[in-house]
Amino acid sequence: MSGASAVGGFFRRVGAMMRKEFLQLARDRISFATMISIPLLQLVLFGYAINTTPRHLPTAVLAYENTSLTRSILAAIENTKYFAVVAHPTSAAEADHLMRAGDVSFIVEIPAGFERSVRRGESPSMLVAADATDPVASGSAVAALRGLIETAVRRERFAEEGGPSGSGFETAPPAFQIITHARYNPAAVTQLNIVPGLLGTILTMTMLIFTALSVTREIERGTMETLLAMPIRPVEVMLGKIAPYVLVGAGQASMIVLAGLFLFDVPMIGSLSLLTALTVLFIVANLSIGYTFSTLAQNQLQAVQMTFMYFLPNILLSGFMFPFAGMPEWAQWIGETLPLTHYLRMVRGILLKGADVSDLLNNILALSAIMLVAMVIAVRRFRQTLD
Amino acid sequence: MKEDTPHIAPPGAADPAKADYAIEVEGLSKSFGNRVVVRDLTMRVRRGQIYGFLGPNGSGKTTTIRMLCGLLTPDSGRGTCLGMDILTQSRAIRRHVGYMTQRFSLYADLSVRENLEFVARVYGVPDPVGAARAAVTRLGLDGRGRQLAGSLSGGWKQRLALGACILPQPQLLLLDEPTAGVDPKARREFWAQIHELAADGLTVLVSTHYMDEAERCHEIAYIAYGDLLAQGTVDEVVASAGLVTWSVSSPDPAALARELADLPGIDMVAPFGNSVHVGGHDEKALEAAIAPLREREGLTWRRDQPTLEDVFIDLMSRSRDNFQ
Repeated sequence: MSGASAVGGFFRRVGAMMRKEFLQLARDRISFATMISIPLLQLVLFGYAINTTPRHLPTAVLAYENTSLTRSILAAIENTKYFAVVAHPTSAAEADHLMRAGDVSFIVEIPAGFERSVRRGESPSMLVAADATDPVASGSAVAALRGLIETAVRRERFAEEGGPSGSGFETAPPAFQIITHARYNPAAVTQLNIVPGLLGTILTMTMLIFTALSVTREIERGTMETLLAMPIRPVEVMLGKIAPYVLVGAGQASMIVLAGLFLFDVPMIGSLSLLTALTVLFIVANLSIGYTFSTLAQNQLQAVQMTFMYFLPNILLSGFMFPFAGMPEWAQWIGETLPLTHYLRMVRGILLKGADVSDLLNNILALSAIMLVAMVIAVRRFRQTLD
Repeated sequence: MKEDTPHIAPPGAADPAKADYAIEVEGLSKSFGNRVVVRDLTMRVRRGQIYGFLGPNGSGKTTTIRMLCGLLTPDSGRGTCLGMDILTQSRAIRRHVGYMTQRFSLYADLSVRENLEFVARVYGVPDPVGAARAAVTRLGLDGRGRQLAGSLSGGWKQRLALGACILPQPQLLLLDEPTAGVDPKARREFWAQIHELAADGLTVLVSTHYMDEAERCHEIAYIAYGDLLAQGTVDEVVASAGLVTWSVSSPDPAALARELADLPGIDMVAPFGNSVHVGGHDEKALEAAIAPLREREGLTWRRDQPTLEDVFIDLMSRSRDNFQ
């Protein structure tokens, strides 16, 4: 055999193999979709949704007086673009509730008689409390706070008074003090934020994979036909398949929480029983979603691909890796439909802020709703026949 | 036909008052996309009968069986299974029907006992553990109860599958090619068991490719390309085909078969070892066709009875002609 024909044979066989692979690829729609959508998804999420120096962070203003100065201050705060005033609580307790629930990241507290004190040159203090459970989210805003507000307020005051504006004013002694208070995680320890987040992401990944494979496995192995011919209802199949993994998930959760408490000194300020109950709810929600994938996928590979596609936004849009408040509104809406988003608020709330049921009610309801929707889809999608 | 072919009168037939049907369907049709898989199928199976369901691959046998046990919804038609409507009462039907799939479909990663216990629990059999243990003994699987079902040989898998089917004491067994890939001894034992079950009053619908198995059934139905072509006892089906056959031995059967196939009046040619089986529907035309060859040197002609296989091959080729 000559060398040329040996080389020709090599290319012919490689060519035949390539052709076959392309044909199979084109026929495997889900793989094809994964290939296109994952880079697209990453690009959109990182390009548009993710912002590590988030702006427009939800802020509650607890103002005990309503004067032209306080209005100026609030305007200045909003002008920094770091803060978006979303609530005007009337008591400190109400403000604290908003922060425990994760509805606001900052509380700006202006005491009574603030303007009068300023005019008297008493240099009074206003308090800005930051939710430091996510140090990334609050850090840059806090850093920017002092200079930005002072400059803005003073510029506004002088503009109002018609006085001259120039460089000399910035060096004048401050008319008032801003006291910032990093709550819940004053030392900005990243682990305190990451460990509760990991609890949620690890549970999401493992729970999804377990049940995503459960129905497709039966189909692939041919056991589904026998199962369908038996007098058992779809909902019975689903609950029977989900239940064992609730225990598995609870075991995983205990391991992570114990590691967090003892290895990383994560505090446990809230109630353990509430954390347990909500973790079970979260586990069931994820199992239901995984089971839904299982009823949609044709085979186990597709189920794994779906799980992966679903996992990506969970990591990026839930507030696990990047600050939730820093995302544009559309991305926040997507985030709200993910169980992990709600669970992260719950876990961080309970562990770090001592949140209780009333603080987390909205998240509990949302998580329950997501779970029910997934279960209904799964039961309806579960083919009772082979049609 | 074999001598051991059990042509037992079906129990239902002995007493017309009790001649009640386990399966009674009318005009069942099913298409997948625009491919008609079962067309206007009507059949009745008496209680306590073994009913053979024959036909080539892809002829709609599995689809029909799946429609009977509610795994597929017919596009049109109606019918009852054990007196219950197949369209509206499929869940109730499932409780009383044992369905054995073509491919082994118990859990390969569960042991023999665990599989049987699972089935017993789903069907609500009292004392599932005891029932499973008894079934293991009855199946002759003693000592293999802890073995994983996936590691059983083909014959044992089939035995286990049948055991799982009859564990909940169904009234009707639907067996989809239960003996495919099973050795002759296991097949014979399997059929002995089927006959015992039928003697106890169980109705059995069994699909098969094997002619000897068809002859072990009380009644058979032949389905090809979605159409039910013949129905009745083996003798009735053979007689109704109206086929006249000759057997001719030849030194070169392949060449002879080629020569015969093109002759008018000959509808069926099949080489069998050193001889060729020739058949036709019109006795006169067939004899006219073979007359010139009767005198040829080396050929020995003999008139014989059509076998069930002759009849089926003939039905199939005629049906294919209509189909294409």
